[in-house]
Amino acid sequence: MTRHPIPAAFAGARTLVTGGTSGLGLALVEALHAQGAQVAFVARDAARIADLARRLPGAHGIAGDVSSQDDTHRIALQAVSALGGLDLLVHNASSLGPVPLRPLADTDCEDLEAALATHLVGPFRLTKALLGALAAAAREGGTHGVRPVVLHVTSDAAVTPYAGWGAYGASKAGLAQLSRIWDAELAAHGVRSIEVDPGDMDTPLHALAVPDADRAALKRPRDAAHEVLAAAAAARFSAAVPFRSDEAPRAAGAHA
Amino acid sequence: MRAADRPMQRPSDARLLAVDAEGRMRDLPRAALASLLRAGDLVVANDAATLPASLGGVHAARGAALEVRLAARRTLAHDDVRAFTAVVFGEGDHRMRTEDRPAPPRLAQGDTLRLGPLEARVARTLGHPRLVELSFRGAPDAVWAGIAAHGRPIQYAHVRDPLALWDVWTAVAARPVAFEPPSAGFVLDWSLLHALADRGVGFATLTHAAGLSSTGDAALDGRLPLDEAYEIPRATVAAIAAAKEHGGRIVAIGTTVVRALEHAASRTHAADAALPSGPGLADLRLGPRTRLRVVDAIVSGTHEPGTSHHALLAAFAPEDVLARADALLERLGYRTHECGDSVWLKAALRGQSARSNLNTATLASRLGQRRTRRPSWMPNASRM
Repeated sequence: MTRHPIPAAFAGARTLVTGGTSGLGLALVEALHAQGAQVAFVARDAARIADLARRLPGAHGIAGDVSSQDDTHRIALQAVSALGGLDLLVHNASSLGPVPLRPLADTDCEDLEAALATHLVGPFRLTKALLGALAAAAREGGTHGVRPVVLHVTSDAAVTPYAGWGAYGASKAGLAQLSRIWDAELAAHGVRSIEVDPGDMDTPLHALAVPDADRAALKRPRDAAHEVLAAAAAARFSAAVPFRSDEAPRAAGAHA
Repeated sequence: MRAADRPMQRPSDARLLAVDAEGRMRDLPRAALASLLRAGDLVVANDAATLPASLGGVHAARGAALEVRLAARRTLAHDDVRAFTAVVFGEGDHRMRTEDRPAPPRLAQGDTLRLGPLEARVARTLGHPRLVELSFRGAPDAVWAGIAAHGRPIQYAHVRDPLALWDVWTAVAARPVAFEPPSAGFVLDWSLLHALADRGVGFATLTHAAGLSSTGDAALDGRLPLDEAYEIPRATVAAIAAAKEHGGRIVAIGTTVVRALEHAASRTHAADAALPSGPGLADLRLGPRTRLRVVDAIVSGTHEPGTSHHALLAAFAPEDVLARADALLERLGYRTHECGDSVWLKAALRGQSARSNLNTATLASRLGQRRTRRPSWMPNASRM
């Protein structure tokens, strides 16, 4: 198993991770905390939030459901209050929907809508609510070449049409494109958006999807977290994008 | 998603009355704002997000219902939850005019108020039956979680439907420290920010804990604005210095930006000293005798005569020009009536200390419904 050095790119940075109490999200919260970041994390289960907050002194646990419109601004309020700003937003929260996985033809509309709410609409809404804080961080960090980053955890199911992964894959594909369009629009304002596929990991979600998987062949969340943070660090220290009017979003119609 | 009409903060037919340093006035579509600015100018906005600062609850000992409206803190710090200045109303909610709200039960130091999941102690009374300092019990994270879960945006009787948090956050909202929206900021959207960048106009922010616009009590309203905490980032101080060095103008989006910048400037002695960055507590009042040291122009929402926000505009223009602008706003239909009260959309100008010939723009939204005391940011209905 590859061992990655812990990047210290986020020491002191103000970071928020959704789905932060299990799987990759938990590994990201632990890694960020270990390198001295200020960490807030969102999860649905109050008991698990309290457990993790106890285990990681100084971390801020926030109860909420990223798929809920009513929760979005409450999450943003608590996170930005606790952190005083925001340098890294990780959209990690993920849900597989009903298991065992079923073909699209047998997927209920409501389950597709739930997948879109968790993987596409929820992250869109949360980024929008936090955009002011991210843009403020960009202006503060501009002179040091440090950029706030919005990181979207995607999946190879967003690219490859795996049978049975319809709702999950389609919603993750939407998330990946959302990330790219955010980046096209926000890079000139100093905010970067990236999408990262962490690969097949030994997580509760994977166990639900593929109960008979050979766990030894799966990536450990801890290793995946270091790869994800390395990608985030690369975006954080990426070169400034000068504002060019011909790249402004309203010009995009010309390419349609 | 809630299906809804267009939020009132961003009506598509909004107007802008631009008043220049000589008092000449032009009626423009709001979208023309960018055209009033030129390369090298710096737009400064207040990026405070708005708290759900209305907390319903009961007086623990007497069981009497009340509504707490958080109104001020000494700092913007997350852990500063022990000393909120608050206005307390008796039974009822926002659908009753504040002027008609009953007084709260008599409040004394040491009283406990139960506000949903929160518990607050009256740390001291502040010389008025409705005004107290509240200290929340519990760890800061739990207090903010309680405010997030239980609080509602402060709103007034003309909008009956409850507002959601997203109704009161501007497009640049960041730290949640304002008690009411820094309403002029609703002029901003990301299309405008693109347009500004396109023209070489700079954009910067500060964070200022905008307080209550009205309490419904004349004695209390006379004490507004309360002292308001703010913070000016280093990057903003640098951007202001750079703009001024090259002859650019500093354009404040809203009265809170003026209050923060001019307060910070008042802390320096030499006229050309650098503006201090970092936290501050604005305790000054701006008015006709104010000599503005930083801000060259203001884009403001509308404010009623007699309010502290309105008084601030007199720092930019003589009263006769403000009165003429008001008359024009009326004639152009910027304002309408209900119950004999007017919504007044105010123009503001450069003061006599003008260093350059400068346009000062005041934003005026056409309001679709009339009522008394409608702050300009109030939406009819909402959508995220």
